This record gives sequence, C-alpha cells and structure tokens, in this order.
Amino acid sequence: MRIVYWLGLPIVLVVAWWVATAGSTDFYVPPLQSIVAVFFDVWTLDRLRADVLPSLLRLLAGFALALLLGVGLGVLIGSRPRVRATVEPVLEFLRAVPPPVLVPVIMLFAGIGDGMKILVIVSGCVWPILLNTVEGVRAVDGVLTETARAYGLTGPARLWRLTLPAASPQIVAGARQALSLAIILMVISEMFAASSGLGYTIVEFQRSFAIPEMWTGIILLGLLGVVLSGLFRLAETAILGWYHGLRRAQKG
Amino acid sequence: MKPLLGLAGLGGFVLLLEVIPRAGLVPSRYLPPAAEIAVALGGELADAGFWAALRDTLSGWVLGLLIAAVAGVVLGLLIGAVPVLRELTASTIEFLRPIPSVALIPLVVVLYGASLQSKLVLVVYAAFWQMLVQVLYGVRDVDPVADETARAYGLGRAARIRHVLWPTALPYVMTGLRLAAAVALILCVTGELGIGAPGLGARIAVAQSSGAIPDLYALIVVTGLLGVAINVGARAVERHALRWHQSVRGEAAV
Repeated sequence: MRIVYWLGLPIVLVVAWWVATAGSTDFYVPPLQSIVAVFFDVWTLDRLRADVLPSLLRLLAGFALALLLGVGLGVLIGSRPRVRATVEPVLEFLRAVPPPVLVPVIMLFAGIGDGMKILVIVSGCVWPILLNTVEGVRAVDGVLTETARAYGLTGPARLWRLTLPAASPQIVAGARQALSLAIILMVISEMFAASSGLGYTIVEFQRSFAIPEMWTGIILLGLLGVVLSGLFRLAETAILGWYHGLRRAQKG
Repeated sequence: MKPLLGLAGLGGFVLLLEVIPRAGLVPSRYLPPAAEIAVALGGELADAGFWAALRDTLSGWVLGLLIAAVAGVVLGLLIGAVPVLRELTASTIEFLRPIPSVALIPLVVVLYGASLQSKLVLVVYAAFWQMLVQVLYGVRDVDPVADETARAYGLGRAARIRHVLWPTALPYVMTGLRLAAAVALILCVTGELGIGAPGLGARIAVAQSSGAIPDLYALIVVTGLLGVAINVGARAVERHALRWHQSVRGEAAV
C-alpha cells in the first residue's frame, strides 16, 4: 500500500508528460520519449567525469568552507554580546544582498577559475549558517552554562560538549538552507563564465539549440538536487538523532 | 547602548571600505572607496532608468510572491486537510522541492525570452515550495482535541478550516512568507542578471560589462537595502498578523 502511495502520483505525472508531449511539434517542448532517448547518449561516464564531477567538487568545497567559516565566526560572535551588537546590522545587510549579484564582483577579484566559483558559493552560503549559529549559541540554556562552569568545563571541552551540541539543531537548519543556495550558486557561477561544469553545459546546449539535450541537463540537475537533499537528510539523522529522539520523548 | 554599538559597527564597515582601497591593499579599480560608491549611488538615484529598473524588479517580486503565496496556501490547506492527498503527494513534493529553480533558466529563456514571464516562473517556482511545505507543517500541527471539539459542536468543514485549521497554521504560513519573500528577491534578481529581463539585475550586468565599477557596487548596495527592507517588512507583517499569538504576546510582555 505504501509503495502505491509513494509511486502513484509520480507515475501518473510522468505518463501525463509522456502522453501530452507524444505528438509535440513544438521545437522547444520535445516529446519526453526523445528526451529519454538522448539522455544516456549525452550523459556518458566521460561526460559525467568532465562536467558533473568538477561542479560537485566545487560545490562541496564551497559548502564545507562556508560551514567552517559560518560556525567558527558564529560561535565567536554568538558568545560575546557586545561583539554581536556591533556587527549585527552589518551582517543583516550582507545577508540581505542577493548572492548572485556578487558574481560580477567576485569575477573582478578572482577571475573565472575554480577559485571564483568556490568563492561565490561560500559568499552566499555562509550567511544562513553564520546567523543561525549566532542564534543557536545565544540560546544555549542558562542552567546548562552555569552547570558547565561549576564543573570547571572550559575552553575547547566546553565548546565541544556544551555549545556546539546545544546549537546544533539551529546550525543544521542553517546548513539546509545553505545547501539549496549552494546548488543555485554553483549553477549561476558556471552559467556566467566557465568552460566546464553542469551549468555551462546546459547553457551551451541552449545556445546551440540542442533542445532535447538541454532538457536532459535540466533533469540531471533536478536529480542532483534530490540526491544531495537526500544525503543531507541522512547526515542530519546521524548528527541530530539524539535531538529528535529527545523531542519525541518530551512530546510523549 | 545596543543601537549605538550597531551604528559603530556600520560606521566601521563603511570606514574599512574607504580605507582598504585608499591604502592600496586592494586595487581601487576592483574595489572603489566608499565615497566613490556613494557618489555613484547618487548618480543612480538621479537617473530615471534606475527607477524604472527598481520598479521592474519590485513588480516581478510582488507578483511572483503573491502567486506563490496564494497557490501555496490553497494547495497546502487542501492537501493537508485530506489525509489521502497528503500520502499521495508526499513523494512528489519531496522530489520536486530540491530541484533548483535556476535549472529552469535555460528553459524559460527559450520559452519566453527576456521577459517578465521568465522571471515570474523562476520566482514562483522557488517561493511556492517554501510556502507549501510550511503550510503542510502548520496543518499537521492542529490539535486533535480542538478539532474534535469543533466537530462535536457541529462545525462544518469550512467553519473548521476557518476557526481551527487556519489559526493553527497561520504562524507557519507567516514563516513561509518570510522565507519566500527573501528567496523571491534572490530569484528575481538572478533571473534579471542571467536572462537579461529588465530590472536591477540586468542593470548590474550592464554596469559590469561596461566597466562602471562604482555603479556596480552602488547597485549591489541597493539590492542589499532592498533585501533588508523586505526582511523588516516581512517581520512587521508577521507581528501584525500574529498579534493574538502566544509567541508575539510573550515578546511584548518581556
């Protein structure tokens, strides 16, 4: 029964797409059949290695850097009220800048290489993580803080055993927002100026009017988004398992 | 004390922007001093083309957000209130939601070109999922006792949606709206930047390709201020709509 629920609507939608476009003569909306037919011709292993792998590596590098930077700065800022009051307006402003508009600026500084693309991803992803970490660190339970102090827990031990675990639900929520931004920025940075990468390839298909190939690229990008969010959920379950269990227990 | 520190922080930030290029730490053709950016900003404000671009960006943002919000709330309430629908749509929603809306850029370019429609497709797609998922969470949060009570008092489906479901879901709807408003701005400007649809993003692209670097920075500052205004506005709307709610009343009492 579950399987019917899970697969029912997707199958109906795909069939509807297939039927609706079966006799399509619209150049830009090719039949699904011909999209599927070219999919495996376009995305061969070589192609995946040449175009998708570099994109993914840049995405991971940018996301990891943003995570390090965001959590590091967030803990610093969050645990010092005066620093927080000083930098908060600036952070709010920097966060409000739509990240893609920084692409032209970062291109000025870093050219159009891998560094620029990673920087673009970091510059957009760091804000949700940073601000969520600040909030999470700020909201650490006062009783726990006092207890930790009474037991003489200081320095790295305190950070590792009290602050980070207590803030982790917030940090993970920020990281989830950051991940979807990272995918957007990965594609945007490659659409602007690149000679490889998934975003570049899709735009190339579009410019050369290889429309079914362009559709396969869009579908691949969609699948990538789904896989990444699935992986994120696995990581979240591993990291926050204790927290979700606690919440369930509290709700009774 | 707190606002003063914040002002000092902002002042320091502007000062840094002024000093770093002047001291030659960064070439000033990459990062012009803050004063030059301010002059460029004044020039933009005096230019009719700037206001037209701002209007284009805002109209795309408002229209897209409106469509996404209405569609998200209506579909969310409908799907959330009918368990079979919820089960049936769960996998599809989970699948469609993580698809980055920028993946649609090449598609809307060939379908609609550099027009308002292409921008709207991107904005609506991105903002819709934020709304829908929040509404679904909100509907799931309904207190079964309250719902049963309403049923026992003979309230019909419409009345239960109005008096039980909607007030429960409203805080979630407001959070969704806040997230969607920010995402809609990002996608709006991205669409203009990437597709060339008229608006601030397109103006940024022109400033970049013509080497008008101070103008480039001035326009980026404008988009940032726009983002701040949208965040502040969304928070105000949220507080107003939820002034009866525990979270807001609690805040006011402290």
